[in-house]
Amino acid sequence: MSITSETPIPRRPGESVVARLSCYAVQPILTRIVRRIAARHPSLFARLGPHQATDFLIDPQELPFALHLRPDPQDLVLRAVPRDAAPRAGATIRGRFMLLLEMIDAEQDGDAAFFSRDLEVSGNTEAVVRLRNALDDMDGSLAEETASMFGPPGRAILARLRRSYLDKTQTRENT
Amino acid sequence: MSLAELICPAGTPAALRTAVDAGADAVYCGFQDATNARNFPGLNFTPDELAASVAYAHERGTKVLLALNTYPPAGKVDLWRQAADTGARIGVDAFIVADMGVADYIARTHPQIRLHLSVQAAASSPEAIRYYCENFGVKRVVLPRILTIPEIRQIRKDIPCEIETFIFGNHGLMVEGRCSLTNYLTGQSTNMDGVCSPASDVNYLREADGSMSSQLAGFTIDRFGPDEKAGYPTICKGRYIAPHRPESYYAFEEPVSLNLSQLLPELIEAGVHAFKIEGRQRSKSYVRGVVRAFRAAVDDIRAGRQVNIADLVALTEGQKQTQGAFETKKWR
Amino acid sequence: MTKLTLGPIAYHWSAETRRDFYARIADECPVDEVYLGEVICSKRAPFHEADLPETIERLGRAGKRVILSTLAEVMLKRERKATEDLAAMEDPEIEINNAAGLFARGRRPHRIGPFMNAYNETTIRWMAAQGATHVCLPSEMPAPAIAVAAHAARDLGLGVEVQVFGRVSLAVSARCYHARAHGRTKDNCQFVCEEDPDGMPLRTRDDLPILRVNGIQTLSESYLDLLPETPRLVADGVSHLRLMPQQVDMISVAQVFRDALDGQLPLAEADARLADLSEGAGLSNGFYHGKAGYRRIAMAASA
Repeated sequence: MSITSETPIPRRPGESVVARLSCYAVQPILTRIVRRIAARHPSLFARLGPHQATDFLIDPQELPFALHLRPDPQDLVLRAVPRDAAPRAGATIRGRFMLLLEMIDAEQDGDAAFFSRDLEVSGNTEAVVRLRNALDDMDGSLAEETASMFGPPGRAILARLRRSYLDKTQTRENT
Repeated sequence: MSLAELICPAGTPAALRTAVDAGADAVYCGFQDATNARNFPGLNFTPDELAASVAYAHERGTKVLLALNTYPPAGKVDLWRQAADTGARIGVDAFIVADMGVADYIARTHPQIRLHLSVQAAASSPEAIRYYCENFGVKRVVLPRILTIPEIRQIRKDIPCEIETFIFGNHGLMVEGRCSLTNYLTGQSTNMDGVCSPASDVNYLREADGSMSSQLAGFTIDRFGPDEKAGYPTICKGRYIAPHRPESYYAFEEPVSLNLSQLLPELIEAGVHAFKIEGRQRSKSYVRGVVRAFRAAVDDIRAGRQVNIADLVALTEGQKQTQGAFETKKWR
Repeated sequence: MTKLTLGPIAYHWSAETRRDFYARIADECPVDEVYLGEVICSKRAPFHEADLPETIERLGRAGKRVILSTLAEVMLKRERKATEDLAAMEDPEIEINNAAGLFARGRRPHRIGPFMNAYNETTIRWMAAQGATHVCLPSEMPAPAIAVAAHAARDLGLGVEVQVFGRVSLAVSARCYHARAHGRTKDNCQFVCEEDPDGMPLRTRDDLPILRVNGIQTLSESYLDLLPETPRLVADGVSHLRLMPQQVDMISVAQVFRDALDGQLPLAEADARLADLSEGAGLSNGFYHGKAGYRRIAMAASA
């Protein structure tokens, strides 16, 4: 395993309180999501091989919290964690939220995202490659599936996220 | 005019279904072990997955080619034999092989299944290709990515089998099947283990000034400035310092992507039977985009229509692309 | 008795350097067999092939068996022709490094070179049935595979060879990296590779030596040194040990190996002497031990 020095993320005053409250609010939803995925896509775990026990930190930069994932089928963990209380992860994936989501849904090519530096990977690179390949073997859209769990409001939130992502991407490309 | 089949990569069952749905004539894939040259973590097929995938492909008229294109080290040949037996039982349409012992075993044990000669066999002359055709009944050769179109045209006249050429994807530099660079730095062999610059040995080191080093097994393969696009540390695509190049340079090749979209008509005219798209390690979105675009292009050529080059060029958007050796031998 | 062989010169040494080198090999060097010929770049062959008959005769007079090696890469017309011409020869023996050579040779006797990827017993059995009399195993093979392959080959009556000294060939390409380093193309290379008689060193961007370039070939930075492993190689059935010519005192290198093989020199002392003779080049044996090729695994592991 290899650890790289990581870029510190600027914190805003009071962020930690916001982060803790957000984590508390979002946790039941995450638990539902991860259980459902595990039940519907069991072959995902086989592709992870030895990295079922690896702690992944998924860090969507514009959200108030990061996600801690341990894809162990016996003891599945997906929880929201404040960045300042994040566990020591075997692998960290950092990027804009919608980019991460689209990569999971294979709407974006992970290689391309990384080469353009929209995505930062640190720690155990093999773990990240396995996770990427495992998620890539899922049919359909994880985002749509998750959004549908929450009915029309869920889909509306997803649509709004996508719009804001596209706006930001375009702004960035025009500057 | 040749058939110009489109041969597409699949690293997972989902990618295979994606390729089939996007119009592949054939899909190539491998098992989750050293028997194929893309033995990457989390990639490839279990026998059950392959059986289901072959059924899916055959129902839609698409062929499945199984890559058994590595070189078994002495004492481990059984793994390759069992893989061939499993593939035969499942009903794959062809085996893609490189090792003479593996080719001989399949030719004798499963004579009803087509043999394709992998690019890993590095057969780059009519004589070498004929050796495999005459001894093992090889029906198709995948040509190394090092020949010009006039050379391909000449080879076509001198060999008794079909030709498959790469048209898109990662641009291989070294003569494939003859490269131990990865093993020299990591202890995992491309020929024997199917491994190339393995992710387990990759590390990205970020410096305080925003620059980044990509490392393989502790060796710095390249360094990138804060605004430079970073690449995966593949040894033959790194930047190194040589006595005459103190500033460092791409000693072997720039990290470019092969894109022969503009040469498709010429390749067909030269007698190429099948076009191969590289990228079993790439995502579904890559497979979907590339296969759809090349499906349309090949259909346009067959129907005598103008090819929409722009769509194909856009596939490598943002990345440098090359026609490599195919266009001119100045590449050498 | 285990034979010592001298592999073909990989680099673009001048005709004069080669003449002097082989004269000394003939007179002073305790190797049993010598491989001659251009294996890497067909453009270089005209510089020294005129001297071949005399070199063959000279080495033969000195009691060395001579074998001619064919090109590793065969693509162009002149490369196909050179391979065909060698394959047509009855004497001396030939070592084939490309399937084009196998095609031309048919079932007449020949040796299998290190570029032929004879990795396993079934492939070796196939090759033996086609007339192979001798096989040089790929340099990246680990000890257990060498043992299985060597036993199988010996059972078939083949000689079995393993490289034990010198830079390891790691890759070949259609592109000339020497020409590229100098901003030229292969067709217009002006034989710039002659400047680097032991290969052109490549260093990483943090200034560590990593690889050597020799025209279309990429070699290891370190010299392979399997001297400490020779007892096990011999016990496992390897009959020929190959020394690759480097820009060091090859006569003394061969003498050290010969003395160690004959029990005249303790292995540790022989290996220390080899390190001195290698003039600062790193020594490595990682491939043999199933580790990264550049690594040096301590002698205790195999003693």
